[in-house]
Amino acid sequence: MNKIEEILQKRILVLDGAMGTMIQRYGLTEDDFRKGWFENHPHKLKGDNDILVLTRPDIIKEIHAQYLEAGADIIETNTFGATTVAQADYGLESAVYDINFHGAKIAREVCDEFTAKNPDKPRFVAGSIGPTTKLASMSPDVNDAGLRSITFNELVVAFKQQAEGLIDGGSDILLVETITDTLNAKACLFAIDEIFEERGIRLPIMVSGTITDQSGRTLTGQTTEAFLVSVSHIPLLSIGLNCALGASMMRPYLQILDREAPFGVSAHPNAGLPNEFGQYDETPEMMGEQIKAFLDEGLINIIGGCCGTTPEHIKVIADLAKQYEPRKIKNGELKMEK
Amino acid sequence: MLPPLKLSGLEPLVVTAESNFINIGERTNVTGSRAFLRMIQENRFEDALSVALEQVQGGAQVIDVNMDEGMIDGKEAMVKFLNLMASEPDISRIPVMIDSSKWEIIEAGLQCIQGKGIVNSISLKEGEENFIAQAKKIKRYGAAVIVMAFDEKGQADSYERRIEICERSYRVLVDKVKFPAQDIIFDPNIFPVATGMEEHNNNALDFFRAAKWIRENLPGAHVSGGVSNVSFSFRGNNKVREAMHSVFLYHGIKHGMDMGIVNPSMLEIYDDIPKDLLEHVEDVMLNRRPDATERLLEFAETVKGDATKKEIDLSWRDVPVQKRLSHALVKGIVEFIEDDVEECRKLYARPIEVIEGPLMDGMNIVGDLFGSGKMFLPQVVKSARVMKKAVAVLLPYIEEEKSGAGSSAGKVLMATVKGDVHDIGKNIVGVVLGCNNYEVVDMGVMVPTEKIIEAAIREKVDVIGLSGLITPSLDEMVHVAKEMERAGLQIPLMIGGATTSRVHTAVKIEQNYTKGQTVHVLDASRAVTVVESLLGHKKTDFVADLKAEYQKLREHHEKHRSQKQLLSLEKARENKLKIGWKPEDLAQPKRPGKHILKDYPLENLLPYIDWTPFFQTWELHGRYPNILEDSVVGSEAKKLFADAQEMLEKIVAEKWLQANAVFGIFPANTVNEDDIEIYSDESRSQVLHIQRSLRQQSQKAANIPNIALADFIAPKETLLTDHIGAFVVTTGIGLDEKVAEFEKDHDDYSSILLKALSDRLAEAFAEHLHELVRKDYWGYASDETFSNEDLIREKYRGIRPAPGYPACPDHTEKTGLFGLLNATELSGVSLTESLAMLPTASVSGWYFAHPQAKYFGLGKINEEQVKSVAERKGKTFEEMERWLGSVIL
Repeated sequence: MNKIEEILQKRILVLDGAMGTMIQRYGLTEDDFRKGWFENHPHKLKGDNDILVLTRPDIIKEIHAQYLEAGADIIETNTFGATTVAQADYGLESAVYDINFHGAKIAREVCDEFTAKNPDKPRFVAGSIGPTTKLASMSPDVNDAGLRSITFNELVVAFKQQAEGLIDGGSDILLVETITDTLNAKACLFAIDEIFEERGIRLPIMVSGTITDQSGRTLTGQTTEAFLVSVSHIPLLSIGLNCALGASMMRPYLQILDREAPFGVSAHPNAGLPNEFGQYDETPEMMGEQIKAFLDEGLINIIGGCCGTTPEHIKVIADLAKQYEPRKIKNGELKMEK
Repeated sequence: MLPPLKLSGLEPLVVTAESNFINIGERTNVTGSRAFLRMIQENRFEDALSVALEQVQGGAQVIDVNMDEGMIDGKEAMVKFLNLMASEPDISRIPVMIDSSKWEIIEAGLQCIQGKGIVNSISLKEGEENFIAQAKKIKRYGAAVIVMAFDEKGQADSYERRIEICERSYRVLVDKVKFPAQDIIFDPNIFPVATGMEEHNNNALDFFRAAKWIRENLPGAHVSGGVSNVSFSFRGNNKVREAMHSVFLYHGIKHGMDMGIVNPSMLEIYDDIPKDLLEHVEDVMLNRRPDATERLLEFAETVKGDATKKEIDLSWRDVPVQKRLSHALVKGIVEFIEDDVEECRKLYARPIEVIEGPLMDGMNIVGDLFGSGKMFLPQVVKSARVMKKAVAVLLPYIEEEKSGAGSSAGKVLMATVKGDVHDIGKNIVGVVLGCNNYEVVDMGVMVPTEKIIEAAIREKVDVIGLSGLITPSLDEMVHVAKEMERAGLQIPLMIGGATTSRVHTAVKIEQNYTKGQTVHVLDASRAVTVVESLLGHKKTDFVADLKAEYQKLREHHEKHRSQKQLLSLEKARENKLKIGWKPEDLAQPKRPGKHILKDYPLENLLPYIDWTPFFQTWELHGRYPNILEDSVVGSEAKKLFADAQEMLEKIVAEKWLQANAVFGIFPANTVNEDDIEIYSDESRSQVLHIQRSLRQQSQKAANIPNIALADFIAPKETLLTDHIGAFVVTTGIGLDEKVAEFEKDHDDYSSILLKALSDRLAEAFAEHLHELVRKDYWGYASDETFSNEDLIREKYRGIRPAPGYPACPDHTEKTGLFGLLNATELSGVSLTESLAMLPTASVSGWYFAHPQAKYFGLGKINEEQVKSVAERKGKTFEEMERWLGSVIL
């Protein structure tokens, strides 16, 4: 059996690294973002990385393959911003289902190739769901604290559409990540749970929050533990942290999750903090040092990279992970309701 | 081992066996705090937030938010308040308890909180299906839940029922919904003890035992409750109450209660309770001896003794007589007033100086305190009673001296207009004005226009005040205004009463009276300010502002009106409520025909009294029973309630009032969409009366019908045997005589109190009779069991709309209703020319029994429908236009 829940008990799983950093390497032009799909679209589309799964699937597949080659067990679909809320910036609300479906489908194809080559190391597709561009529990206007730019119900509709595309395209896992506002995440989990009930299925869900700075809180003010409590009503494969912080700065908050979480614990930190040019400087070796500390402490079940990380980083991480036992999931066990 | 209950705001709250007791902040609750309600009503959300902050700083670990109040949009208020709380980290630190009896408010609240909160509450009251659906949603939103011990049969009131319902709820939640057991919190109902009723003796003990049973048998579940309820029968005696709360908590916690809504200021430290009091309270709480209640009551008197000693502290009797007069006025004490006035009279050269001096000084203090919200209406009316008695002592001397009356601040004529008999509000305004040194010329009720104008001229009054309660009175007020214009008067005109409004005054009355100023007065507390403004030196500004305001209102109204689209009557009928008629939904009456209940025992009505409107009459706002604990009006509400109870006892024991009812259930079918034919017998050949119902004409959203009452009765062509009921009840026979006695004794307080109580009794009778009809006469709900609270919230099957109220605003329907029942002869209730019922303490209406029958508001209708109904009734368009004026767009 290659069920991810079982594998997670046996070894540390490796998640891939940054997608944006890799896409930059290709130096794409406006034409690359339109090809075959949006030739006559009135908006400028360069920068809308998600649509590359439609217009340049070859490039996205190549990046997926590089991460799998580096040793990743799980790759994230290139669909972080593929909701109607975020795509509205480009006038591409109508393309949302296609992006998610094809995003999952091409990742599935690459993963299946690698699994076929080495069945002992099955590869998994995690459908990536970002937080959208709006917050449900903060006001966009400092003078009107009661105002909201989006409602819970609007978010449920948007997330549901995204998750359906990801599931239909063949995702093994749904990854709700970079959570800055827990209410957005709750709307997403609400939508996913509805789909599960309607379809009579269950997929493993990974949830990953973002602690913005050393205050140890999310953007909307929750402590790590409060965040954990707020999303624990849905059975999760893992809870974790990603983005904003480099690996060493994440450690105290991972310790809290390790202590309290009845699920697996994941981390995909940035390659340090951005420098004055917005670039991430930590080399694979520097990052590996810090991650080794997590592993020594037994904090981790799933490890990977966020902004600034590359296949070279993931290779170092994957090689390290191989040498360690996974964190024991203490306060409960991974249960999948059927 | 189950994991602990975990909640979160910005920070986590983990409830473990070691956390002892989680206390829930209760002041951000509109049903429990009048002050908080006012903040929400007045949109003072900043102040409301500071209440929340005080709760958190005061140690609340969870904050309860409740916006269930008819006067506000609960959903909107909930969303707004939760959103604002979210932006205050010092408040949103702790988890939120979303407290509502309305599911849509709960759901709206759940969509606003990023943390894991608690829903308060759900229950099996409306059946398992509904319960499961709500629990599933709550789980999906990620919240814990309070489950009330309540099921289809009613609220659990014994140990057995508590555990039966809690166990069933638990099994459904855990087995069917897969709700995490540790996220379930039971509220097994805290009921009062020491009520004097034997069946209540075990109330606390049953709760404790149930709490223990729950904690032992339902793994993971928690127990909570509202503690102050337990001491309800000792309201007024805080010392005993505080002891009761601590004792209850002490034992409750020992038995496993681990959360609760507690007012920390109403709590004694268990160890500090005097041993003798403790023993008496524990005897009651644990039902340790059969005479426990009596002993505690007796003992409470001695404890109360300390408190009441202060109340009947007579040291104020030692001060000079002028000060004693003012003390008596402010405190509303009548006992010594006659002697004191007599004593004072001798100190002054002229008797009038006693009025102008010490008495007016005292009344000025009363006026100031009332004006600044530090005194409430019941107190003011009591003060007025003292004043009247004092003046009555002096009057013979004044007349002897023939010096004429002293200088009053102004003269106000008050009248309830022709056709209307309601005068509680008018009398209250009269009293308040009197307290502020205005001379009031009270013309009474059903006063024709000519009489008003004639008296205004003769008495040289400074202001005329018109009052009325039923909608036809609105039209009568327009008539008075026009006649005042014709008579060339310039006297300012005040408009007040339940159906009147600023908009109606602006749109329909003000422009008809150009020589004087018309002004709408919202309630008695504003009357003084309005009269002062109309007569004072700032009159010009005041009038100019009013004119501008009313002009704006008229323009706004016109704009709104022109934007409002109504459906044609035909279109509205096409979209009627289409009931799938099934014979099993049409209950055949067990006892058809007409019935009379003459001199019905008043004591049977007492449990059915809805007290909330009673307090509203006295301008004390809040829901009963919470109002008695309200931080602002609570103590006055308590006193008023005690006076009311005392008078009720006399009303019943001395048979001050007679209660009569005439009602019947008749064969009926709907014809021509909107008309209900009522037949003499099941042959359905002879039509006794045709009730013409009015149909909603506003544009509805998809799948929302345009309803008329006729939709609830099976159409004739279905060939189904449907029925309609009709009723007239009164509890006002004998009222006038008693009121006259009080007025003779210058006792406005008792007079108003009695009127307000008889109104409540009439409503209680209507409620009670409806229940008798459902259970017995019609008999379609012989097994229903509802608490009075449920009855007030209209949980039962069937409705009883009253002509003149939102579902059928057409007062002329009363004529047919009364004819059908021969009500005037059989019940003693007559109709005035405006179709107000006399005595005022009467209720009439129709019974509809179909399961889909529900209350609705007609809203606005157009002239086409007025024309149609006029034709069907054989009246002229103009006449119906006059009757329906207030609902025509």
